[in-house]
Amino acid sequence: MALRGDWMYENNGGTCVAIAGIDYCVVAADTRLSVGYNILTRDHSKICSLADKVVLASSGFQGDIRALHKNLAARHLLYQHQHNKQMSCPAMGQLLSNTLYYKRFFPYYAFNVLGGLDNEGKGCVFTYDAVGSYERVGYSAQGSGSSLIMPVLDNQLKSPSPLLLPARDAVTPLSETEAVDLVKDVFASATERDIYTGDKLEIVVINASGIKREYLELRKD
Amino acid sequence: MVKMTDLPTKGGFSFDLCTRNQMLLDKGVQMPPFRKTGTTIVGLVFQDGVVLGADTRATEGPIVADKNCEKIHFMAPNIYCCGAGTAADTEAVTDMVSSQLQLHRYATGRESRVVTALTLLKSHLFSYQGHVSAALVLGGVDVTGPHLQTVYPHGSTDTLPFATMGSGSLAAMSVFESKYREGLTREEGIELVAEAICAGIFNDLGSGSNVDVCVITKGQTEYLRNYQLPNPRTYISSKGYSFVKGQTVFLEQLLLLVSKLVHVEAIFQLRVDEWQYRINWGLVPCLC
Repeated sequence: MALRGDWMYENNGGTCVAIAGIDYCVVAADTRLSVGYNILTRDHSKICSLADKVVLASSGFQGDIRALHKNLAARHLLYQHQHNKQMSCPAMGQLLSNTLYYKRFFPYYAFNVLGGLDNEGKGCVFTYDAVGSYERVGYSAQGSGSSLIMPVLDNQLKSPSPLLLPARDAVTPLSETEAVDLVKDVFASATERDIYTGDKLEIVVINASGIKREYLELRKD
Repeated sequence: MVKMTDLPTKGGFSFDLCTRNQMLLDKGVQMPPFRKTGTTIVGLVFQDGVVLGADTRATEGPIVADKNCEKIHFMAPNIYCCGAGTAADTEAVTDMVSSQLQLHRYATGRESRVVTALTLLKSHLFSYQGHVSAALVLGGVDVTGPHLQTVYPHGSTDTLPFATMGSGSLAAMSVFESKYREGLTREEGIELVAEAICAGIFNDLGSGSNVDVCVITKGQTEYLRNYQLPNPRTYISSKGYSFVKGQTVFLEQLLLLVSKLVHVEAIFQLRVDEWQYRINWGLVPCLC
C-alpha cells in the first residue's frame, strides 16, 4: 500500500502572531478550526501555556499540535521535578526545536511561535519551521495568514538585522497597549483577505505580573 | 493529399492542446490558479415571480481577491443570472448571451424569454465540454410566466422551484429545504433568500461578505445590491499608519530616459541637387 504524504496530514488553518517588547510579550492566534471549505469550530484555542513565563501558539494540523503540546507539557513537568524550578523561555525554545527535529522524517505538521520572558525579564519570541529550525526574533507570524501579516509587522516594528554588529536588541520599543492594538488591527486585516482566519482572536500577554488573556471578535464569514 | 492544417476550422472546442496540457500536468507543472468565485448563489419562485440571491466574495485559492464582487449578472431587463465557478467564465458567458438576447429582441420585436437564454447558455457550455467552468442560476419572468433554472458547466439544466449552486450550495439548500413552501409573498421570498445566502456566507469559507438580492416580477425588476451587510470590519486602529518619506531604504537608483524634447537648431545640407529638389517639392528634412 503506497504511503501518500497528503493522506497523513490535514491543514486546519489559522494564524499565530507573537511580538516581543521590553518587558512583555504578546502572543495571539485566531480560534477558527477548518477543514477544506468547512468550519469545524469557531472556538478552538491554538495557544498553550507551557510554563508561567512561556506560551506556545501553533497552527497547522491540530492532531499533531495536540500531541506536540502534550509532549512538551510532560517534558516540562519532568524538568520541574528534576530541577525544582520552571523552565525559562530560551530553554523551552531549545526543547521544542529538539522535539520537532526528533521527528525529522515524519514531521509534526505544526507551525510554531513561542513567546515569553527570558531570564532577564525581557520579551522573547522564537519562530520555528515544521522540523525545528528556530531563531530568536523580535516578532513573528506563522500559519495561513502569515504572508499577509509579516510585511505589515516588518514595516511597523522594523527589526534590525541579526547580522549587524554590535548585536542590537530585536524587541520593539512600543508599549504593551500599542502592541496589542497593532495585533488586533493586523488580525482584522488578515481576516478580510484570508478565508482560514477569523471568528475570534485570542490575545495572551505575558509580563512580570503573569499571564493575561483577552478576546476580540473577528469576521465570521 | 490535403494536410490537416489546410482544412478550415469547423468551430467548437479544439482539443489540440489537451495532450500537451496533460503531459505538463504529469511532469508536475502547476497550472496557475483561476480566480474562482467560491460562492453561494440561490434562486426561488414566489407567487409573483422569482427572487435571486448571491454572496459577494471572489477567491483565488485561500485568498479573497474581491470582497464585494457582483455575481448577479444582467441578461435582459426581465432576466437575471447568478454565476458560480471561474469568474472569467461566468462573466464572459453571461455577457455573450446577454448580447445575443438583445440582438434577438431587435429581430423579433418581443421581450426575451428565459428558455431562449437557457438554450443559448446550455448549447454554448455543452460545446465546450465542461471546460468553461460556469454554474449558473437563471431566473426571470416572461409572457409564459416565472421561470427558474440551473445550468451546469457541462451543459445540463434543471427547472426547479428553488435552487442553489456553488461551494455554499449545501448550506443554502438546507435552509430552503426546511423553510420553502409554494406561494410565498415578496417579503417572505426575499427574507428566505437572504437567510439562505447568510447560511452560505457564515458556514462556507468560499463565500462571504455581503448579500445581493434581485427580485423579478411581471413588468418590474429590482436589483438590491448589498441588500445586507452582515460583515463589517471588527477593529480599526485609531492610531493609523504613517509612511514618511525615506522609510523604504533603497540601495540603487536608476534614472531612465523615457522621452526627449528636441529643439532643432539647424538643417544640414545633404547634397546640393537633392536639397534643390526637396525645396522645390516642399520636403525639407529635419536633422539634428
